[in-house]
Amino acid sequence: MPDKNISTEGLSEIVAVDDIPALGSRVVKTAAGPIAIFKAHNDQIFAVHDECPHKGGPLSQGIVHGTTVTCPLHAWNINLADGNACAPDNGCVKTFTTHIENGKVYLLRSEILSHA
Amino acid sequence: MKKLKLVMVGNGMAGVRTIEELLKIAPDLYDITIFGAEPHPNYNRILLSPVLSGEQTLDQIILNDLDWYSENKIKLHLGKTVTQINRKERYVLAEDGTKEEYDRLLLATGSLPFILPIPGNNLNGVISYRDIKDTNAMIEAASLYKNAVVIGGGLLGLEAANGLAVRGMNVTVIHLADWLMERQLDETAAKLLQKSLEEKGLRFLLGANTEAIIANKDNDRVSKVRLKTGLEIPADLVVMAAGIKPNIALAQSAGLHCNRGIVVSDTMQTFDPRVYAVGECANHRGIAYGLVAPLFEQAKVCASHLAQFGIGTYQGSVTSTKLKVTGIDLFSAGNFMGGTDDVEEITLSDPFAGVYKKLVIQDERLIGVCMYGDTADGTWYFKLMRDGQNISEMRDTLMFGETNIGDVGHQGHDKAAGMKDSDEVCGCNGITKGAIVKAVRDQGLFTLDEVKKCTKASSSCGSCTGLVEQILMNVLGSDYSATPRKKAICGCTDLSHDEVRQAIKKEHLISQDQLRQVLQWRSTSGCATCRPAINYYLISTWPHEALDDPQSRFINERAHANIQKDGTYSVVPRMFGGLTTPAELRRIADVAEKYEVPTVKMTGGQRIDLLGIKKEDLPAVWKELEMPSGHAYGKSIRTVKTCVGDEHCRFGTQSSMKMGVELERMLFGMYAPHKVKLAVSGCPRNCAEAGIKDVGVIGVESGWEIYIAGNGGIKTEVAQFLCKVKTDAEVLEYAGAFLQLYREEAWYLDRTVHYVSRVGLEYITQKIVEDSENRKALFERLLFDLKDAPDPWKDFEKARVDLRQFIPIEKKDLSDA
Repeated sequence: MPDKNISTEGLSEIVAVDDIPALGSRVVKTAAGPIAIFKAHNDQIFAVHDECPHKGGPLSQGIVHGTTVTCPLHAWNINLADGNACAPDNGCVKTFTTHIENGKVYLLRSEILSHA
Repeated sequence: MKKLKLVMVGNGMAGVRTIEELLKIAPDLYDITIFGAEPHPNYNRILLSPVLSGEQTLDQIILNDLDWYSENKIKLHLGKTVTQINRKERYVLAEDGTKEEYDRLLLATGSLPFILPIPGNNLNGVISYRDIKDTNAMIEAASLYKNAVVIGGGLLGLEAANGLAVRGMNVTVIHLADWLMERQLDETAAKLLQKSLEEKGLRFLLGANTEAIIANKDNDRVSKVRLKTGLEIPADLVVMAAGIKPNIALAQSAGLHCNRGIVVSDTMQTFDPRVYAVGECANHRGIAYGLVAPLFEQAKVCASHLAQFGIGTYQGSVTSTKLKVTGIDLFSAGNFMGGTDDVEEITLSDPFAGVYKKLVIQDERLIGVCMYGDTADGTWYFKLMRDGQNISEMRDTLMFGETNIGDVGHQGHDKAAGMKDSDEVCGCNGITKGAIVKAVRDQGLFTLDEVKKCTKASSSCGSCTGLVEQILMNVLGSDYSATPRKKAICGCTDLSHDEVRQAIKKEHLISQDQLRQVLQWRSTSGCATCRPAINYYLISTWPHEALDDPQSRFINERAHANIQKDGTYSVVPRMFGGLTTPAELRRIADVAEKYEVPTVKMTGGQRIDLLGIKKEDLPAVWKELEMPSGHAYGKSIRTVKTCVGDEHCRFGTQSSMKMGVELERMLFGMYAPHKVKLAVSGCPRNCAEAGIKDVGVIGVESGWEIYIAGNGGIKTEVAQFLCKVKTDAEVLEYAGAFLQLYREEAWYLDRTVHYVSRVGLEYITQKIVEDSENRKALFERLLFDLKDAPDPWKDFEKARVDLRQFIPIEKKDLSDA
């Protein structure tokens, strides 16, 4: 498995870009909690902690539009690029670095484990 | 690309609102320069009255402080009057020589007070009432002098008179017409108003013509006002409030076509297409508006054209009036005078209690209202007028107002005026009346949408919307911007639900991308509000042709289960008509144990709910239940509730279980604008509670009665009788045709109760009961749509269920090992 090699370089392969629904997400369980990998407009990939800053709703289950996700519980809008809630709401969700190579999404192992 | 230059002349509410709207949709298109003749940033001109009467301070009414201008990189020239426009070389010139070039010019010069052409009109102590300077002059005069005369008994004059009286002056109002506010009130209401104002200490001279204003002995200040009759009234201060006229001098000097205002098109353009005009200076279709609500509508349209979207037209506004004098409730709108042969009037008059209401009706529609003393229902009447709603069914009770404006969740309050500041208005978000009032005042809010955004009130279930609108109106008076008649679906477009539906049909649109392109959506992939609506409109208009887009559906309809607060799901298997079997119950029990379901509960619709199931377990749970989806999560057919009927019940007259099962089987898989619930009772005892369902069917000895548009939840409403039929087949056809009509015409998220109250029961009766061909056609379209409806718990591919969502990714190297 290439995983091991990549892991030693600090990257962990998560999922093929094609296996994330367009304007959708997949969830990966990690030591830092569940992380939602989003495929937003124009196939941009984002990774954020799968918990809304409002009441902990699973952002991965929200409707994705542009580069924003709307939380399924109380419709807070979260900007996926910086994790900030859109006005008038206030709050921020942790974002994670993503790396795309050969159609695969990778996360930084050290970044995840440091938030464990 | 180099930015275009936008210059705005006038720094008032309409103009700055246009800039705000523009910045929202095209923040980087223009370098913006604003000229303001007054030395103040944009302030809320209509709150000058509370400032005059001492209820608010000047600081409180600033809408955009200087920081706002600099944050938005707007070059602001305060205290500079523009005196020249050179349209050929495209620049404007101010009094002091300041020159600014433009690519687009926006004129928002507002209006000027009308100064009576009489001797003495320029004396010291004679002022108008338009701006902060006038207000300060009045406040100062009130502290130094005793007697004031206000010329003009209109809205502005009375507010000025009241403010001066509150500040201790003896005030006489001189008015030319025979009654006060003749443009907003009929005589009866005006007399009541006059009486209350007289009780506050004001004096009135009606039908009075002012001849001259006379100076004191030293000839340095006004001392009295003389009427044509010779009567002289002592006056240390004279306020001219005899009307306003559009400020068009600048436009005229530049050769722009003016006629009682700068003449503009529906896109707010003057005869020079580079030059726009909004606000009180503009004449649109012959009307120069003086109230804020229409000006804001103009601002929105103007901004969309400046942003080069090229959509949206302004088509005029219906306006309403409310006086901002504390303790006086008065409301009027539309053709409130009535009195002609082609209109009917309903009046209620109780002069002792000081209550008067007049409703003017034409062709079964409300076209005017005039109210004094009790104006709580003003917003509701105004809404009926704007929507052009047929009122024939509620004519008997129309006068008594909307009986339940708010629905539930606010301690039963339905009249905003009577609520205390600490009373809860929005039961979902815990927002009190005081919080809303404060937000409206402090943050300068004008519309329901703004209140929703800033306070979250009415942004969840929406049952308090009517109350919030009332509060808005009470705080703002005539400047309340009613939700426009044409309500855009969301911020991505200016098109209404109806317009989008029509376009889908006419242009044969079958995908979201296509729709957003053809209808020039402002966002590339829509938003969480429009996407589910559009998806529904597409698949319901072109069934079996438009492809369902699960990613545009709310999570419940994507995961085919109901998301709970902890992110787990609930599963409700279908039991047609509420009937089940021992085998099904065993499987449910087995599943509940195997997947350690924490809660098993009966629902209100006679089903069993398994709560607390993990998302990844959903496909296995469905498989092991071996029961169809109950769609308890969708904007779709939910349940048909039944009583046992004549198979067992000694009172039963019809087979309600059989009827219910047939209805539910027919409707299986039906998506709709909102959830749909039915009930079938076997006799008029109505144990299945058919009276509060979208379609309620009640068996009687001779057949079935069909009721529609009932609701037990958000808006408790008893279903209305539609018709009586004889056979089971007819029940299917009538109920099906009604639901198809609702599916084709209602706005997304409208329940049948909202839809029917919008179009009227008469309309439904006509389409379903009287027009049998139309009924059959509707029914056929429903059956066509529902043909081979897939079970989303089983026919994954056909129901377009993306199974990848149920597979969590586990990464060993990302867990701490």
